[in-house]
Amino acid sequence: MSGALRVQVGQLARRSVLRTLRQPAQIVPALVFPLFLLAVNSGGLKDATNLPGFPTDSYLTFALAVPFMQGALFSVMNTGTDLARDIETGFLNRLALTPLRGAALLSGLLAGSVVLGVVQAATYLTVGLVAGAELAAGAGGALVIVALSVTITVAFGTIGLFAALRTGSGEAVQGLFPLFFVFLFLSSMALPLELLQTDWFHAVASANPISYLLEAFRSLLIEGWDAGALALGFGIAAAILAIGMFAASTALKTRLVRT
Amino acid sequence: MTAETGERAGIEAEGLVRDFKNGPRAVDGIDLRVASGEIYGFLGPNGAGKSTTVLMLTTLLPPTAGTARVAGFDIAAEGPKVRSAIGAALQEAALDPLLSGREHMRLQTALHGLARDERARRSDELLARVGLSEAAERKVGGYSGGMKRRLDLALALVHRPRILFLDEPTTGLDIQSRTALWDEVAGLAANEGVTVFLTTQYLEEADALADRVGIIDHGRIVAEGTPAELKAEIGRPTVEAVPRDPADQERVAEVLSPFGEKTGATRRTGASVRLEGGESQLADVVRALDAEAIAIEQLQLHAPSLDDVFLAKTGRSLEGAGEEEAEADSEEMEAVEA
Repeated sequence: MSGALRVQVGQLARRSVLRTLRQPAQIVPALVFPLFLLAVNSGGLKDATNLPGFPTDSYLTFALAVPFMQGALFSVMNTGTDLARDIETGFLNRLALTPLRGAALLSGLLAGSVVLGVVQAATYLTVGLVAGAELAAGAGGALVIVALSVTITVAFGTIGLFAALRTGSGEAVQGLFPLFFVFLFLSSMALPLELLQTDWFHAVASANPISYLLEAFRSLLIEGWDAGALALGFGIAAAILAIGMFAASTALKTRLVRT
Repeated sequence: MTAETGERAGIEAEGLVRDFKNGPRAVDGIDLRVASGEIYGFLGPNGAGKSTTVLMLTTLLPPTAGTARVAGFDIAAEGPKVRSAIGAALQEAALDPLLSGREHMRLQTALHGLARDERARRSDELLARVGLSEAAERKVGGYSGGMKRRLDLALALVHRPRILFLDEPTTGLDIQSRTALWDEVAGLAANEGVTVFLTTQYLEEADALADRVGIIDHGRIVAEGTPAELKAEIGRPTVEAVPRDPADQERVAEVLSPFGEKTGATRRTGASVRLEGGESQLADVVRALDAEAIAIEQLQLHAPSLDDVFLAKTGRSLEGAGEEEAEADSEEMEAVEA
């Protein structure tokens, strides 16, 4: 990375982090809402552990994977809304008048997602463990959970960037949130894939990449170290990141039509 | 077009056009030439094409047709070189309400590639220059409109540009803030030789600040020259009479008609003519109205203004022309939708 590019990424990352930290309305819901759902689900669905083949006796441990995904969904909204606001206010034009490179802009904007991802993952894991969840992979597993959570958060953040660049509208970006929530519900969120008895639901959940992201978290929480599940989880997150970054870069070229 | 290059180059445009999909032609063949160190006022109502022209000249919007060189560089082929030579404060100060003034300066100086030790020095210097040193650590969300505009100007000057584009820099500001900004802009041109391209819808701003003025309407420059030249072109003053009873408007117009060419009155119930014989005819006008026993609520003699120039060239008064544009655009859109 050239010196100028490093400075640009660093400065925009700094701005992104400052913006994130100065907007409690971005951080608090992303922390509280998933934990609230975790409490509700782990209390209401705990009898599911009696199903033959359920992988653990603790539904809390099983359900603890879900907040990491829900937190990542907030990243779509936060990152995308921030960029959409820059477009709406003309701040993006200000940046476009500098020698700023597109890669620096996108990378810098995602820095806020990294910070939010770390804070979210650490909070969910700490609260979950305090509440009685198990972590079969131990301390090393905790670090991998944080790393996977940040990767997914950043990957989903690129989708927010793409939506913002395509639409230029904060409302349009926020409109994606329910859609992503539907994707989450159509996954192995509540039950393991193999216990989903309804054919269509099983087929949809099996094709839904979110199921495999959830399984990667669960492998560390319930089983210990499962290289296959982790490779699949990190692989899917990396693929979403690559596709999202490509789409956002392409959309940025259309949005920034500077000569 | 013969292009000047280097430090002395200003702005040159020839046949600049910008079309928008499903919309009217925003800029319709603009030719202009702004000399180095000159303050050029681009005057016109809302929707006339001022901002679109600025976006093209600052390389943020490619022209549909035509060519332009800014600081000696082609806006279509040499965008990065143009951007390194210009500063711009675009319409409505584009600032981040969550960052402080100093954080804006830090970001802007770094993105423009200033050396690390120069960034703080340049930031301090510019913040002091625009009178924001004390407010530098406050978040911009708490700034007044004038403070935002001054910060916007400081940000545009970070890399010592040779040409400065200001898109309606004083819209919405109070008189004091407006005057302070005028002084700063005038100082930039006079003391540092910065070329200033300023769009405005305020007649007095163009009159007070610009060395030359281009009047734009419907995407075309309809008049160009120094404010004095443009006013001299119109030459004669206008007299406007507003009857106490609006029903007398036609009678007033009849009485005034022998004195000169009819012009648009600033009041809806008034009538106005350009006096063929100059100010000395005012007394005759009063006598004629009195002879017809028309009760007059207001009688005004207007010296030629840039608004008269706009009126003479377009048949409309600049004041309110923007609203007409907006209404026309809205009707056009409705027609398209229907």
